[in-house]
Amino acid sequence: MRIRHAGPTALLAASLLVLAACSSGTGDDTPSAAGTTDAMEEPTDGPTGAALPEGSTMAALADAGSITIGTKFDQPLFGLVGPDGVPEGFDVEIGKIIATELGLDPDTDIEWVETISANRETFIETDQVDIVIATYTINDTRKERISFAGPYYEAGQSILTLASDADINGPDDLAGKKVCTVTGSTPEANLLENFPDTEVVPFGAYSECIEPLRNGLVDAISTDNVILAGFAAQNDDLEVRGDPFTEEPYGIGLELDDTDFRMWIDDVLEKIFEDGRWVEAWEATAGTVLPTPEPPAVDRY
Amino acid sequence: MDVIVDNLPTYLSGFAMTARLTLISGVASLVVGTVLAALRVSPLRPLRAFATGWVDLLRNTPLTLVFFFAILVLPQFGVIITSFQGAAITCLTAYTSAFVCEAVRSGINSVGTGQAEAARAIGLTFGQSLTHVVMPQAVRSVVPPLINVIIALAKNTSVAAGFGVVELVASGRRIALANPGEAVIVLAGVALFYLVFTVPAGLLAGVVERRVAFSR
Repeated sequence: MRIRHAGPTALLAASLLVLAACSSGTGDDTPSAAGTTDAMEEPTDGPTGAALPEGSTMAALADAGSITIGTKFDQPLFGLVGPDGVPEGFDVEIGKIIATELGLDPDTDIEWVETISANRETFIETDQVDIVIATYTINDTRKERISFAGPYYEAGQSILTLASDADINGPDDLAGKKVCTVTGSTPEANLLENFPDTEVVPFGAYSECIEPLRNGLVDAISTDNVILAGFAAQNDDLEVRGDPFTEEPYGIGLELDDTDFRMWIDDVLEKIFEDGRWVEAWEATAGTVLPTPEPPAVDRY
Repeated sequence: MDVIVDNLPTYLSGFAMTARLTLISGVASLVVGTVLAALRVSPLRPLRAFATGWVDLLRNTPLTLVFFFAILVLPQFGVIITSFQGAAITCLTAYTSAFVCEAVRSGINSVGTGQAEAARAIGLTFGQSLTHVVMPQAVRSVVPPLINVIIALAKNTSVAAGFGVVELVASGRRIALANPGEAVIVLAGVALFYLVFTVPAGLLAGVVERRVAFSR
């Protein structure tokens, strides 16, 4: 228990240092030790164009010259690691942008770590990752253990079924149907709570639901629309039906109460919403099968 | 600990499913495994080959792959097991029966050749000598390894959690999702329910072993 208490204390000390640095050292804006190359390349007045505040998590990461980012390795369009071992997707692109803003090289200075839905909070709390960008829905229970920057995208739970199925056209048609989802996931909990007449069939991964759907063992698959859209794009016999019936704002997970870092990431996100890099990242990844949405409003709680 | 008490109904329904899978697959695999063992010592080559093939294939394949095969591959050939529970029981039985077969066969081999020869000499057929003379002696000596196999089966049922069956592990995951701060305790609760099943099974094994023990 003693070790666990050290974390918050250190954080408090660190944030006090940051405050002190802010109040005293506003005059000499010396570029920090790592010398943020980014600041040199584009001398904008934006919040991240300036040197990273000393003693902050951002400065520490820039000094270390590397950042560890947790993401999904099995999520098409967002975070998917192919046989070559290089992660690809929208989450990965957002991670690269953040690394770039820290003055790091997005191709060499990022260490990607696989985080699955069940271990994301733990990985942040035990410092195994610096941030998590992993189709990570912002919600209040999670906010008790970690902090969320963002959202940088808003997904919603939807339904995928066979193109030949005429019975299921939206969430209202799920009563009495078998719906496949992943065991221990938010969509599963949501189905159990809001669709009591639906038989929930939990599998280990969404991709494993497809064959049972084709064989008629289940009637539909339900999870976030972006995941389903990826499946529908790959398989002509599958279709997404109806509008999303939940709101799943995807955020970037970081250590609880590291407010400076959170605000800094929020600044970065707002900047890339503006300057087109967000759209660029989207169109290179998820945008290949999905329409480009409006960027969401960042929630600075 | 409150989280375990608060979610007791979910735990219990998961436990009931785990117990059901274990009992049905356990009984079925004891029967199938014993038959397979008999086939492996039969004088007919095709029967021996069939049983040997079954054991070699299923004993050496990871259980998860057996599940994938039954749920994702078999339907391609038109074999569709409509209930996920039925598919789980089929897979667990097929897999566990291979281990039961080998345990029973080791028992059969431990019965002296003279026993079988004497049985044949007094005019019993192969089947009669097996069922009346060899098997009763063989099964007694393999109670401990069979209990091992059944305990392993009880734990192996957790693989079904990834294939549409809501047993203990799947229930545990649901509870853990709703209580993200207490995942460790939730999983400890799952382990506890497995112990509720496996520890008494081990004790029962001890009792049965003493009952049927005989000196040779």
